[in-house]
Amino acid sequence: MEQQFPIKQLLNEKGEVTEVLQNELLNDAFIRLLYYHLIRSRTFDRKCVSLQRQGRIGTYAPFEGQEAAQVGSAMALEQNDWLFPTYRDHAATMTFGHDLTTILLYWNGRNESCIPPEGKRIIPPAVPIATQLPHATGTAIAEQKKGTNHAVIAYFGDGATSEGDFHEGLNIASVFQAPVVFFNQNNQYAISVPIEKQMKSKTIAQKAMAYDMPSVRIDGNDVFSVYRETKKALDRARNGEGPTLIEAVTWRYGAHTTADDPTKYRNQEDSENRRKAYDPILRLEKYMLANAICQQEEMEQMKQEVIIEVEQAVEQMEQVPPVSVDDIFDYVFAESIWPIEEQKRVYYASVGKGEKA
Amino acid sequence: MSTTVKTNTLTFVQAITDAMKSLLEQHEEVIVLGEDVGVNGGVFRATDGLQQQFGTDRVMDTPLSEAGFTGAAIGMAINGLKPIVEIQFLGFIYPAYEQIMTHASRIRARTMGHYSVPMVIRAPYGAGVRAPEIHSDSVEALFTHMPGIKVVCPSTPYDAKGLLIASVLDPDPVLFLEPMKIYRAGKEEVPEDEYSVEIGKGKVVQEGEDVTVIAWGAMVPVAMEAANKMTARGVTCEVIDLRTLYPLDRDIIQQSVQKTGRTVIVHEAHRTSGVGNDVMSIINDYAFLYQKAPVQRVTGFDTPVPFFAYEDYFLPSSDQVIHAIEKVMNF
Repeated sequence: MEQQFPIKQLLNEKGEVTEVLQNELLNDAFIRLLYYHLIRSRTFDRKCVSLQRQGRIGTYAPFEGQEAAQVGSAMALEQNDWLFPTYRDHAATMTFGHDLTTILLYWNGRNESCIPPEGKRIIPPAVPIATQLPHATGTAIAEQKKGTNHAVIAYFGDGATSEGDFHEGLNIASVFQAPVVFFNQNNQYAISVPIEKQMKSKTIAQKAMAYDMPSVRIDGNDVFSVYRETKKALDRARNGEGPTLIEAVTWRYGAHTTADDPTKYRNQEDSENRRKAYDPILRLEKYMLANAICQQEEMEQMKQEVIIEVEQAVEQMEQVPPVSVDDIFDYVFAESIWPIEEQKRVYYASVGKGEKA
Repeated sequence: MSTTVKTNTLTFVQAITDAMKSLLEQHEEVIVLGEDVGVNGGVFRATDGLQQQFGTDRVMDTPLSEAGFTGAAIGMAINGLKPIVEIQFLGFIYPAYEQIMTHASRIRARTMGHYSVPMVIRAPYGAGVRAPEIHSDSVEALFTHMPGIKVVCPSTPYDAKGLLIASVLDPDPVLFLEPMKIYRAGKEEVPEDEYSVEIGKGKVVQEGEDVTVIAWGAMVPVAMEAANKMTARGVTCEVIDLRTLYPLDRDIIQQSVQKTGRTVIVHEAHRTSGVGNDVMSIINDYAFLYQKAPVQRVTGFDTPVPFFAYEDYFLPSSDQVIHAIEKVMNF
């Protein structure tokens, strides 16, 4: 199966391209934009871990190491496409236009975090694993019925492929040839369970064969390849050629969440070695320097700028006024119903803020 | 001035079909999907002829995949469609429970109204038709307990059409329970045009002074049978068909119990954590001092719904309801 689904690579670990880049696909300005999104998401992710440690946000699910998979794929989306993320896909959502402050609010337990910027079709992170895949399929079928050329992308991990919803989502998408791209980040661990214990299958890409669906296995730390293959899949979707499964092989350097200690289930030296050998940002930096797309000083300058951007978002997050208890009651139904109104009234009365219940 | 309303004489299941036909005609965002709903017209023929009339694009046969197609319907609803999903039997809804409870019922609250899921899940439910095992479950309480979804359960053809239309036009998810025992039990005049019966409102089926008998779905005729027999014995029962199980019609329960002071609740679902307990809570909260006797419940047992050879033992009978009425009268 590994032979049938070889890992496609365009930018290797040394920062060299394995084939001549097509300029219209990956011009210098675009490569710098990719770099900006990569370093911005890494800076954001590290900041979140630090904020959690300081008690300024709640439990956080870091994605460091997976930036190229998320940034490369999200950059392939068009304005009116739909993005169905998990809780580890903020690099994708922020690249697609989600607001950093809003994302931070999610990890501060606030509902405003689930509202995307005007005109952006970003769904709140799916927490129950793989449940968003059938939604992505349904949203894609709706686009098909409306006769648009908008496509849908759904993110999920390697563990998700063991869930029924993965198979049901793919099967229905395949039956109806829905314009959806199933973007798998195979980071090789589902919390503590390594991929060898998750599946006997040698690849995730091969699972698409069961649904007669095209699939591709790519180096998820190679932002060029991720971008190119996702764009191809999205183009196919737009042209009525149906769904695609993409397996982006990657690695999360850190813990599953800040509540987890990865040294309990794996040797974290592996992560350090991978960071040195396969890092998605390092290899792009090497490529950019070698090809004079960007100078060292300019990269440093960009890094300073994204730090400021992230710090501003944190500042804004911390200035958001405290939540109101009304938010719990007021959005369950479009038009409120008496049991909820009654509970709200009794609550206010019980804390001395309303008429006696 | 009176205008003649054009009506048809329909069974419950025909009224359901008629409602979907009217909705598909009037609202282009409405679609119907589920197992065997297309070419076959549904295992109960509830979608009979709809695919022929509206095409495979709007009446979709799906793979055998309750979680998958319920999840897909959520995605469609988020993207502007109004799906009517058929779950073949309520006992087959369990794979879709996660989709309903973690997504359909929550997305509005999660996103403070930015996204919503205007979707209706239709499911035939209940025992009494000698169906194979698992086909006879009555688990409305699994859904009334969980926030964010309304639960509707009509018992007549007129209410079936009006409530299905109201459910589809509702901006939030609705579980629409169809008592399969009543599907073809009788006919009623049903208006041909689109009309709504308000969600959250029960109905006084028969007025009475002595005992309030509260039921829904297939238990309404059982309650009525008991009430009729009691009339002959000089006891008048006020029979209430709740029609909506979440949110319950507090006013109708309160008013009736304040009048009669005696209550019998009849449901075929299991007793523990059954919706009957919520009816009792309403009586406790709003009519406590009016009561002349403790509330009686006639319900299914806390056992799995049995194989059909035993279902008559499991289902409440009019004799059991009469026994409960006698108890509250003689307290």
